[in-house]
Amino acid sequence: MKQTLKIAAIAALMATGPALADLTIPDTSYRTGPYAPNGIPFSDGYQDYFTLLNERDGGIGGERINLVECETAYNTEKGVECYEATKSAGNGALLYQPLSTGIAYQLIPKATADGIPLHTMGYGRTSAKNGSVFEWVFNYPANYWDAASHAITHILEQNGGDISGKKITLLYHNSAYGKEPIRTLEELGRKHGYELTTVPVDHPGQEQKSQWLQIRRDRPDYVIMWGWGAMNQVAVQEAVNIRFPMENFIGNWYSGAESDVRGAGAGATGYKTVTFHSLGRDYPLYDEIQRYVVDAGKAAGAGDQLGTVLYNRGLYAAMLAAEAIRTAQEIHGVSAINAAQLRDGMENLEMTEARMAALGLPNFGPEFKVTCENHGGNGYGAIAQWDAAADEFRLITDYFQSDQEIVSSLIAEDSAAYAAENGITPRC
Amino acid sequence: MPDSVIFGMEVFLNGLMAGVLYALVALGFVLIYKASGIFNYAQGVLALFAALTLVGIMEGQVPFGHLINAVFGTNLHHFGWEVPALLAIALTALVMVGLAWVVNRLVFHHLVGQDPIILFMATIGLAYFLEGFGDVTWGADIRKLDVGLPQGLNPWIDEVTYNLFGYGFFIDNLDLVATVVAAILVVALVAFAQYSKHGRAMRAVADDHQAALSVGISLNFIWVMVWSLAGFVALVAGIMWGTKMGVQFSLSLIALKALPVLMLGGFTSIPGAIVGGLIIGVGEKMFEFAIGPLVGGATENWFAYMLALVFLVFRPQGLFGEKIIERV
Repeated sequence: MKQTLKIAAIAALMATGPALADLTIPDTSYRTGPYAPNGIPFSDGYQDYFTLLNERDGGIGGERINLVECETAYNTEKGVECYEATKSAGNGALLYQPLSTGIAYQLIPKATADGIPLHTMGYGRTSAKNGSVFEWVFNYPANYWDAASHAITHILEQNGGDISGKKITLLYHNSAYGKEPIRTLEELGRKHGYELTTVPVDHPGQEQKSQWLQIRRDRPDYVIMWGWGAMNQVAVQEAVNIRFPMENFIGNWYSGAESDVRGAGAGATGYKTVTFHSLGRDYPLYDEIQRYVVDAGKAAGAGDQLGTVLYNRGLYAAMLAAEAIRTAQEIHGVSAINAAQLRDGMENLEMTEARMAALGLPNFGPEFKVTCENHGGNGYGAIAQWDAAADEFRLITDYFQSDQEIVSSLIAEDSAAYAAENGITPRC
Repeated sequence: MPDSVIFGMEVFLNGLMAGVLYALVALGFVLIYKASGIFNYAQGVLALFAALTLVGIMEGQVPFGHLINAVFGTNLHHFGWEVPALLAIALTALVMVGLAWVVNRLVFHHLVGQDPIILFMATIGLAYFLEGFGDVTWGADIRKLDVGLPQGLNPWIDEVTYNLFGYGFFIDNLDLVATVVAAILVVALVAFAQYSKHGRAMRAVADDHQAALSVGISLNFIWVMVWSLAGFVALVAGIMWGTKMGVQFSLSLIALKALPVLMLGGFTSIPGAIVGGLIIGVGEKMFEFAIGPLVGGATENWFAYMLALVFLVFRPQGLFGEKIIERV
């Protein structure tokens, strides 16, 4: 009887578990809790892209993707639990993209020790761009400090290149994430002569009357927002309430989803956001997703997020992961790569316009090449603007580069401090 | 008049308005505590659930749509109709009454006579269950709630204050509506508790379950009634906060804003919730205005609790709470 049970258990495991050669990628998603409206579209896009590769191409290089979803509820402790629970799944987790700065910070030492690459696309620790210090962490194609610079560059362009004497307010989530751009904005302020005021908003940001009364009194020329979740929706509504000119209100790329602005109705028209990828669903890849994923009934979640800003971001994150896997397979001449080999693939990743077009995503993101020294891309971003009548964000600029003079020096300074604290010898 | 005084007056008025919104949440806590001695941890989630249900009904959303589609392979999302706001509010109120009945039947009916801590723990479980149940029933999207309430700058106040001080005050129309609604609610609830038969029965139950039972008061009925009232107050709070920030799961966290109000106003006083709300609202806004810039801002959350703690030191039962005297 015992023997029969053992055989049955093994058979059940083999039937339900992934094939051993599968490429295992955990999806540390958040579909519950206050941040679920942000987590769901990202995770849907992330999963749908891998489902497409499995259904259309049989995976990558003949290896199917085994996606292991784990719910973090955007909670750092749960994120770490998910990491521990999934890192040995299948043949071992290849990569983590947690979509949370808090989780990312906790995973940097763990993933580094375990030899599993971490891709914090446009979030996490900004100075991880310095690959010679952060061997296992990547944040291409752009980071928070790039975003701060993008906002200022856009304001400069709006003002003929001269913003000396202008008043700019940073409205930020009172957390490590929200404080990220302060130093960059201060340095840029010294360079361009604008006056910076910082206004914090405590989590979760559902009450912002004091902050917006202050903004109304101070009458800044521009407000830059570093928010997430409920803070964004309330801020946009309050800006509409005090009749702040929305074209002078610029959010970073985590303050620029449809759900952040829809609630404020027509008054939100004109609100701007920085982005590092394109928007909408007018790409050949979407036809493939419709055919192989949605119509086949294999879409993640409710299948109703296609084309939203955060769905596209999830799609882009998965696409970059898949391209890194391809690169790793080419470098090492094996299809069933491991995490260390994927790290090599990520460090040699090159995204060109020709490659993105071949993937069905022409002009979807900036071109960049990852190197040992540069894990963060070239700092290109664009500005999008909300049109409430059309119910969509539209790109209003081409991709442009952040102020590398400022951003690069800050990254060098911060990564050097991290290296000194942790006894790391820069490797390249 | 110096600018700082004029700005301070604007902040003061906005603090009063914010306090009313906090008090709306606190009222639900008070009602249940008053009648049953239960500190209802789930009150914030009740407001969320009510708002989710209201938006779902208004939009003609199919409840459990995602679940049904996943199990049966269907593609149901909406019934194809929209329900007028007033009718939807009435239907939501009925749902909240139904919820009150179910909660009492399945949970609190079995916990009569248990220690308050057990009842409190039950409400924690209820909060997490309701949050998940709301997610499964209506989904996790952020939804705009528009029941026709005005929002944005009140032009009349702006103009009058501009003529008086040379600076137009910002007062949100939604806050003015919330103030009127809160006033009506408080008067109605106080009148109900003081002068109606069921209100007096509610107070008797609060004093002593066993004694109330011995004189023929139905504990079940009173608890269902009180949870229904708390559900209705949660619906009102959900409408106000949902209009302000969209209906989303963060809405349940408004309970955090109500806690210092309760500590200050007392857990058993309906007028105390309002007065506590006003003091907390004005206190935190004025502190942020005067001291916030000196300490880097974002003082409101902790200052509200500190203010409540100071009051607790001098009046542990809160400003209007009943003093508990236990004799051996």
